[in-house]
Amino acid sequence: MVTVIGLEGSANKIGIGIIQDGKVLANPRRTYITPPGQGFVPHDTAKHHQANVLEVLQQALSEADVKPEDIDAVAYTKGPGMAAPLISVAVVARTIAQLWSKPIVAVNHCIGHIEMGRLITGAENPTVLYVSGGNTQIIAYLEKRYRIFGETIDIAVGNCFDRFARVLMLSNDPSPGYNIEQMAKKGKKYLPLPYGVKGMDVSFSGLLTYLEERAEKLIKTGQYSKADLCFSLQETVFAMLVETTERAMAHCGSNEVLICGGVGCNLRLQEMMGKMCEERGAHLYATDESFCIDNGAMIAQAGYLMFKSGIKTNMEDTWVTQRYRTDDVPVSWRD
Amino acid sequence: MERVLLTQGAEGRVYDTKWLGRSVLVKERFIKKYRHPDLDAHITRERIKAEARALTRCRTFGIKTPIVYDVDFTTNEIFLEKISNSCTVRNYIYESVSKKLPMDSSVMMHLAERIGRVLNKLHANHIIHGDLTTSNMLLVPPYDSSDIILIDFGLSSVDEHAEDKAVDLYVLERAILSTHPNTEPLVKHLLNSYKVAGSRSAEDIIIRLDEVRLRGRKKLCFG
Repeated sequence: MVTVIGLEGSANKIGIGIIQDGKVLANPRRTYITPPGQGFVPHDTAKHHQANVLEVLQQALSEADVKPEDIDAVAYTKGPGMAAPLISVAVVARTIAQLWSKPIVAVNHCIGHIEMGRLITGAENPTVLYVSGGNTQIIAYLEKRYRIFGETIDIAVGNCFDRFARVLMLSNDPSPGYNIEQMAKKGKKYLPLPYGVKGMDVSFSGLLTYLEERAEKLIKTGQYSKADLCFSLQETVFAMLVETTERAMAHCGSNEVLICGGVGCNLRLQEMMGKMCEERGAHLYATDESFCIDNGAMIAQAGYLMFKSGIKTNMEDTWVTQRYRTDDVPVSWRD
Repeated sequence: MERVLLTQGAEGRVYDTKWLGRSVLVKERFIKKYRHPDLDAHITRERIKAEARALTRCRTFGIKTPIVYDVDFTTNEIFLEKISNSCTVRNYIYESVSKKLPMDSSVMMHLAERIGRVLNKLHANHIIHGDLTTSNMLLVPPYDSSDIILIDFGLSSVDEHAEDKAVDLYVLERAILSTHPNTEPLVKHLLNSYKVAGSRSAEDIIIRLDEVRLRGRKKLCFG
């Protein structure tokens, strides 16, 4: 039996998970929530993580009912992410690894999402749509790398949602995206928006500016409601994502799709992707918020696979980085 | 008229058929049920228009593309010249890889040159392809010296800005590197050929390309 503990804190969640041979023993998490109209800044986010990390660690150990000596390796997020929160969590990972005399494994956050998605859904070799506050990538595995076939050329889809939620002054609790999704359910009238597909890449900044410039007037004049705008935003943005995912599938000859990342728990996105898959005889794999949204177990799972394939990180190399491409990581644990 | 399905891509089916006694290809764009009906109708129509326009426009500038015979907006179909014995650049590279031809061999460098030159001509005339991949470029026998024939202009547009041209190249660069491992020398030579084939504006586009690379790949990547 191999047991790995994983620590994640690259954005506004601090999560610690414990994985034992593909089984999630514990996966507690805390989210730093800011007032409506505001995003989370690195400094305050780091303070939140520092204040909560030990409590979450304690909770993970007691829920999993394991002692430090039962753990085989400590995994932590090396990047990509915001520097201050990443550092705060890496310090804890380094400390417990040395305190408990365990090997440490530095994990790429995006790889964590992919591997957790594969574990939970059982998808073998899917085309991955990874959509979150900071990332929008269409990924497929080829020759020992998760290769990026399509991605955003400007801002991430979740960032576009977050910022539009700020324009509408929607609550950030539990997340801006969740509140846009709820609001969109009541929307009926479709506002045509800029559609930014460039080959297998997507662009959201033009669409966001278009909405930011017009939203107030459209709502005031009664032409469109807040709900209509959320609805139009989702319909347009998700159509772009489904289209580029389908193009990548056709390009790679793949018939499985895995959606992961925080935006991945949006049910309308899942529904649209499901229809696309149905039309081409493919299979959709998706997970719910407990594993879509950043969590510790995903880092533990990627760390588990890396550790089992013989990867350990030297203590002097346990730094963090804000920029860390998914395709930078040699995937030694897959054929 | 009888039709034979040749390929089913992400957004359409391509059939082999007869049109006024001529052997042609029909490209049909079908309804995407996942999309909002207004959005779907709009996108389909715009793409058929863009494709027909760009294919014709290219020919007037001496860029090889299939001839457009007819466009039908009621059935969302476009009738195109059939290019016989063609091979996609994608398969040509695969073939070269299977023959153990190194990516910096003269055959591959010559391919890169031809692609770089044709794209320069495309952009010099302000045509943005919008979906440049190695599957959207054809070669006809003899492949080693064939002109590059460009296809699939559904995402194309006409634009004079360096930005759009740089994004066009960025899309191609990424498509080549992700589809064909170890093709960095090929891409480098391709971009260089693009640059030297044109005037100062080509240089500006390459400089802009560096900016585009930094934007998507590195800037925001957490969460």
